[in-house]
Amino acid sequence: MKLWKTLQALLLQQKARMEGVVVPDNMRCVQCGICSYNCPIGIDVRRYAWEGRPIRDQYCVTCGECVARCPRGVLHFETLTSTLR
Amino acid sequence: MQYVLVGTGVAAVAAAEAIRRMDPKGRILMVGMEKDGYYSRPGLAYYLTGEIPERMLYPFRPEDFRRLDITLIHDRVEGIDPAARRVRLARRGWVPYDRLLLATGARAARPDLPGIDLEGVVYLDNLEHTRHLLRLARRAKEAVVVGGGITALELAEGLHARGLKVHYLMRGDRYWRRVLDEVESRVVEARLEEMGIRLHHHTEIAEILGKKGKVVGVRTKDGRVLRCQMVGVAVGIRPRIELAQEAGLETDRGILVNEYMETSTPGIYAAGDVAQVWDPKAGKHVLDSLWPMARRQGEAAGYNMAGQRRPYQRTTPLNVTRLAHITTAIMGLVGQRAADPDAGMVRGDSEVWRELPDAILAQKSEEVNYIRLMVGERTILGAVVMGDQSLSRPLYTLIDRQVDITPIKARLLAPDAPLGEILADFWAQVSRELGE
Repeated sequence: MKLWKTLQALLLQQKARMEGVVVPDNMRCVQCGICSYNCPIGIDVRRYAWEGRPIRDQYCVTCGECVARCPRGVLHFETLTSTLR
Repeated sequence: MQYVLVGTGVAAVAAAEAIRRMDPKGRILMVGMEKDGYYSRPGLAYYLTGEIPERMLYPFRPEDFRRLDITLIHDRVEGIDPAARRVRLARRGWVPYDRLLLATGARAARPDLPGIDLEGVVYLDNLEHTRHLLRLARRAKEAVVVGGGITALELAEGLHARGLKVHYLMRGDRYWRRVLDEVESRVVEARLEEMGIRLHHHTEIAEILGKKGKVVGVRTKDGRVLRCQMVGVAVGIRPRIELAQEAGLETDRGILVNEYMETSTPGIYAAGDVAQVWDPKAGKHVLDSLWPMARRQGEAAGYNMAGQRRPYQRTTPLNVTRLAHITTAIMGLVGQRAADPDAGMVRGDSEVWRELPDAILAQKSEEVNYIRLMVGERTILGAVVMGDQSLSRPLYTLIDRQVDITPIKARLLAPDAPLGEILADFWAQVSRELGE
């Protein structure tokens, strides 16, 4: 039962991420490039952060690598509904 | 229209982008002494730790400069002739300008110490310094680091990451006491000690010891000798104001500019670490050494140089950095009451942080996740957020927009108040009204 609950929570989290988008806060960004360097797809995340745009790249799998690696908390997930609001 | 931008850092690049938006035809010359051109100076800390390779430090590709139609010139500006509106370059001679931007940044201060010129004394000030530092670090085994801010810690952590045994010397009784409170300093220090960095409080260098021109150790003022092959120095920065001074521009600690980033001389603007900007709210000229603010200043300067009349809107100072692996956000007024012997302006610093707000302190600490609030009469004046950053964005908005927190003030100040929950609930109520 406990395992089921954990699995359910993980799936929900996954779903939220799949529907989500990575959003930068460019007041925090210093263009160090750690995000772009660690993106497994090779997306230039840093450029989006410079321009203050959500990372709406068709190849972005929202794996969260850039969010986790950024040393300054520039990037976070938002669900599509909240960014479209 | 000919625009000459002196400097190749973020302020100059942001100015060039703004100019180009307003003036598609004007000629933009960007003159810099550094042959590396525009790179992320804060990124040097991560190059030092090995988290990114050198090539990642460049946010712009050559095609970006071509798209903006900027002519990059690697040369040194030796003088300004404001009457004739021209600058003298070391190799090219006189170059005319219609609008001139001074974005010359700041340089690391060199303490007046015996042995300061020995090989092995290093700074984390520009890319050239960092390359030199990395070359030396390959052969060195021990290092001593001095200084009291973010850069000193970046040096200590970076040299540690490169396998050196690091001694970190502080003149005071704890780390960065001008900005951090006692709990915050201790959290950082405990982490540094866990990593294996040796901390020495109340310790100053009397002399850097050398042999055949190279560092072999330091002698402290209390007479101890620490063996080392490198000495990392980050005791503050000095805005590069010499050009402006020689040209007769008004200067203080930086080049004085008004809200439109104009200096006292028509046609000449300044932005970034070198600019001391008029802040109407504070009623004085303020120095900030924060990268995102330098970008905004450069942008404002660019618009005004291209004929727009757009004041620079100074926002609440925010710096997010990593102190001993803990992501830390510092915003607004967080100043400490006690005098800091390691005082002076450092990179990633704002003078505002040093001012003591008339505020009551509320704090909450859970392991590494830590929030400190400076609560004023009706608003939150400043905050330090360590670890989990999910509340730091809302907090920044509450501070910057001076949101009335009267409904939650009493609860925030109650002993052992669950600050995170109270703030999250409050944010859920007000964020929509604020359009966030």
